[in-house]
Amino acid sequence: MYRYDEFDATIVRERVEQFRGQVARRLAGELTEDQFRPLRLKNGLYLQLHAYMLRIAIPYGVLSSRQVRKLAYIARRYDRGFGHFTTRQNIQFHWPQLPEVPDILQHLADVEMHAIQTSGNCIRNVTADQFAGVAADEVEDPRIWAEIVRQWSTFHPEFSYLPRKFKIAVTGAQDDRAAIRTHDIGLRLVKNDAGETGFEVWVGGGLGRTPILAVRCRAFLPKQHLLSYLEAILRTYNLLGRRDNIYKARIKILVQATGGEKFAQMVEEEWEKIKDGPLHLPQAEVDRIHRYFAPPAYETLPDIDPAFETAKLEHPEFARWARVNLVKHQVPGYAIVNIALKSEGGVPGDASADQMDLLAEVADAFSLGEVRITHHQNVVLPYVRKRDLFALWQRLKPAKLATSNLGFISDIIACPGLDYCNLANARSIPVAQRLSRHFGDPRKLDEIGELRLNISGCINACGHHHVGHIGILGVDKQGQEFYQVTVGGSSKEDASLGKIVGAAFSEDDIVPAIDTIINTYLANRTDRSERFLDYVRRAGVDPFKEALYGSAPARRTAAE
Amino acid sequence: MAMASQMITANRLSDGMVVYFTAGKGWSETFAQGAVWNDKESAETALNESKESVKARIVVEPYLFDVAVTDAGPKPTSARERIRADHNPSVAPDQGSWTGRIPD
Amino acid sequence: MALLQHGALQPNNWRFVGDDAAIPVDEPVTVSLKRWQAEGESLRGRNAPVGVRLKNDEAPQALGQDVHRLSLIEVEFPKFTDGRAFSQARILRDKLGYKGELRGIGTILRDQYLYMTRCGIDSVELPEDKSIDGYLAALKEFSAWYQPASDGRLTVIELRHPANANARRGGAPVVTASVAAHSA
Repeated sequence: MYRYDEFDATIVRERVEQFRGQVARRLAGELTEDQFRPLRLKNGLYLQLHAYMLRIAIPYGVLSSRQVRKLAYIARRYDRGFGHFTTRQNIQFHWPQLPEVPDILQHLADVEMHAIQTSGNCIRNVTADQFAGVAADEVEDPRIWAEIVRQWSTFHPEFSYLPRKFKIAVTGAQDDRAAIRTHDIGLRLVKNDAGETGFEVWVGGGLGRTPILAVRCRAFLPKQHLLSYLEAILRTYNLLGRRDNIYKARIKILVQATGGEKFAQMVEEEWEKIKDGPLHLPQAEVDRIHRYFAPPAYETLPDIDPAFETAKLEHPEFARWARVNLVKHQVPGYAIVNIALKSEGGVPGDASADQMDLLAEVADAFSLGEVRITHHQNVVLPYVRKRDLFALWQRLKPAKLATSNLGFISDIIACPGLDYCNLANARSIPVAQRLSRHFGDPRKLDEIGELRLNISGCINACGHHHVGHIGILGVDKQGQEFYQVTVGGSSKEDASLGKIVGAAFSEDDIVPAIDTIINTYLANRTDRSERFLDYVRRAGVDPFKEALYGSAPARRTAAE
Repeated sequence: MAMASQMITANRLSDGMVVYFTAGKGWSETFAQGAVWNDKESAETALNESKESVKARIVVEPYLFDVAVTDAGPKPTSARERIRADHNPSVAPDQGSWTGRIPD
Repeated sequence: MALLQHGALQPNNWRFVGDDAAIPVDEPVTVSLKRWQAEGESLRGRNAPVGVRLKNDEAPQALGQDVHRLSLIEVEFPKFTDGRAFSQARILRDKLGYKGELRGIGTILRDQYLYMTRCGIDSVELPEDKSIDGYLAALKEFSAWYQPASDGRLTVIELRHPANANARRGGAPVVTASVAAHSA
């Protein structure tokens, strides 16, 4: 993984001292809350319902065991013994105290971590495919480019006061695990006809109040021009993005208003002028960063490990976990292990300090000391020998870290919702907990098959509800919590936005409503090979409306 | 329609803790110690008084919120304020997240 | 208002003249882009220096080669969350090659001052009683820079690969000592 050199370390250390000064000025009354807010947000510090919240970047989701242990330490020493992993490969602590935040940042800097630009109207933490460097279907490792973008975007003097937040995701595979079309800029590594690797550039995606999928801005961008092309997009946006209305300030609105082709043309014109300037990436720098991501010294192993096969035969629960939570590795004899932070009745994405310590321990024992955080709020061990899988599973199981539900209905994405968040209209976590209990039976999960269920506590859509196969959105009706349901969304390469099934459900009715949706699907699918998403795409929302509301929605439809 | 009764709340600057404006023009972490205003004018006057604590760097962004006055005392009418008044998420504390802050 | 320039607070001799007001004969003035475009000929004939104040939604490219005839260009920060002037400044410096004084006016927070200087702004307007200590301290809060901007500072990439940087900067030697000294 990437390691800081003296320059990276200097910049992060200087940021800690700068923020220490800003906090001191706030506490001394030199800064008002209005002046301090944007400064603290640029360092990931929110003031939420009950307390401050500190959002820490996990660039492209990669963590060393040493860093995980530090997070566990921070959780115990400065928080309430847990942390929450988010859909943007960040971790949030929900109870820090303002005067202590600079000390937390110093601890993070000690292990090459920071909270830089994890909020605010600037370029946010760059995310990438969690299987980077180990996925069997990869064109090229996206981490190299995500790191290059991380450095370029850090304290960019021109793009730190953008109209709105700006999110960039990079994927290196055809199977889009980074949800690039829901980002302001999505980058996909592709090969052109000449066999060269470059970027397909997508622009103008985003969820929130007006969900829009990104459009393709350029089919092939030579790699050495990545930064100048990004700078051209950002400059165009910084000058022309709307600043009169916060809900229309994202680049997606500018791209839609301008038209995708016209916008791409404006970017090209700007890029032509700067592409051979100082942003042209020297190969020596690409090579330098590439070296940090060189494959580890893999052992030469048979792809089929007899001990692993035997353990599966002897332990059906382990066999199920192996079937559900493992992904094919590039290297024979190795597996990519997914650890779901989605235990039955648990809080999606939460890990206790003890669980973090255990993750660090098993990473050291079985995965070359490295873990990854996924945008589905799960953890990945990228380098596990198949012969170690059973021992690993045995360590995970007592810590509630061996849930076998990856990609099933109980593998829920959920934002913190009204239990923590100042922006939320309704709680997300209790709904996720009840659904995970309701769909706790593994046989039920298998029967339903692949299903992504995402929950957001408000229209800002941190829980990505628009792109869940089933999406749940919390809304406020006269101070009471209600839940609107969508079906048919996807964040993958076949990205689509879910459609609303009808009027929102009360807190008591939401779980039965989801149950009705599932039963409607099970009763009407052609066979098991027709996934829930396939069925929605074939049959539309009407069967669900009928099952949920009887004839009532028909009247609404007629009235429209 | 008569105005709903109101209380004043804010977050404490140092740790973000939810606090309520009291009859003695101080702040309390305890919801039940917060003062209740029954007319718009006195509520607005109290809100202005509470803003002195913003200048004094004690709290951040005080605001009024509606309560229903019951025999058992005032209750917040919104889910948001009910959760704030608990000082904790509604998530069951047995989920493993509640080991509490440890000392040095 | 005073000016923060060259590390000290200086008196401001310039005055912005509205579109309908008469232009004083012997005083340095800035005018709107619109007025410059309409009256450029006569303004250039004055004895006193002339500058242009750009609005946030005006493209600096509209000035074209005229930038070389101006002694001052002002860019506005109407509120500190509005960052358009950062891009305008970079276009003026990097694309149009403007070499004169580039001034930031409006809401100038110390926490943005460093970014302003990186984008090529070399003076900012501040209230006369404002302490500039914080502004000067802000310039020293960082000693290394990832991205090239309009201030000519060496980037981290250049410092990591001096040979490349030498070639790009036409052979001028690249000094690598500063950050190393700082981090010691």
